[in-house]
Amino acid sequence: MSNGSTDRSYRRDQVVSIINSVIHRVSQPQDLPHDVLLHELHDLKQIMEDLRYQLGNTAADSVLSEHIPSAHDELEAVVGATEAATESILGACENILNAVQKKAPDMGHVVETEITGIYEACTFQDITGQRISKVITTLKAIDAKVSGLLNSIGANDDGQNAPALPTHAPSLLNGPALPQGGGLSQDEIDRLLDGM
Amino acid sequence: MSINPLTASILVVDDYTTMRRVIRNLLGQIGFKNIDEATDGTMALSLIQDKAYNLVISDWNMEPMTGFDLLKAVRGANNNVPFIMVTAESKTENIIAAKQAGVNNYIVKPFSAETLKSKMTTVLGAF
Repeated sequence: MSNGSTDRSYRRDQVVSIINSVIHRVSQPQDLPHDVLLHELHDLKQIMEDLRYQLGNTAADSVLSEHIPSAHDELEAVVGATEAATESILGACENILNAVQKKAPDMGHVVETEITGIYEACTFQDITGQRISKVITTLKAIDAKVSGLLNSIGANDDGQNAPALPTHAPSLLNGPALPQGGGLSQDEIDRLLDGM
Repeated sequence: MSINPLTASILVVDDYTTMRRVIRNLLGQIGFKNIDEATDGTMALSLIQDKAYNLVISDWNMEPMTGFDLLKAVRGANNNVPFIMVTAESKTENIIAAKQAGVNNYIVKPFSAETLKSKMTTVLGAF
């Protein structure tokens, strides 16, 4: 059973069988073949080491330290962008209605300006869509890690190997940066382009 | 250098219908009416091969062909059509890569109508 490999999985019934065998042999010391007992204890030790290695490989702590905070930040940004867009659109509608009701002399200009504001506000849908796609990717990563943990302890009913973790997006496809997240503003982009 | 909005043709490339509609409407407000749309780089490249556009306004993050790959393909074919990237990708490496690939200007989303008009004026001249 123990061949030094560290990438094996054990079913629960295999582990239980070895433990029961050891208990049985220890409880009947008169029949205890010393070398067999040693061999089975060695197998148990190997199982423990392999399991520890597999659990470490799943890097489950990154779910708490990386994935959950990332998803939280993205969803907060979605809420913020949606709220800001709604405010802009409602404000524009109120200004248009006000100009119409007062029959303002510059009503045409007011309407055109406010409609431009509504167009601008509607761009939130693109940004929030990309943020939600990031959250979906994060959920897939968490799913893969949980499956990896279940496989490590032999608790996956289907016995399948853990799905591969989603690969990180290529470096030039990061999606929208978080409000405090390292993206450049339009002014900073303009300065960068001017300097090239 | 100047361009006539009434005759100029612009290709808007974005996988989000809403964004294409917003850009089309903003372009319409400043007088541009001859606007084609593509939903990704592959479709855009096909249109560019068949028609001489005065300007391409493209998103970056699209499938199967990104706006960045579209830019490289266009420049690789020795096509110097003015190209403005309009994208949420705002990391320094994105701007540098786009510039090195031959982008004429770069607008980060979300953007204002004034920013779009200003960058178009920079690239196309007065209109």
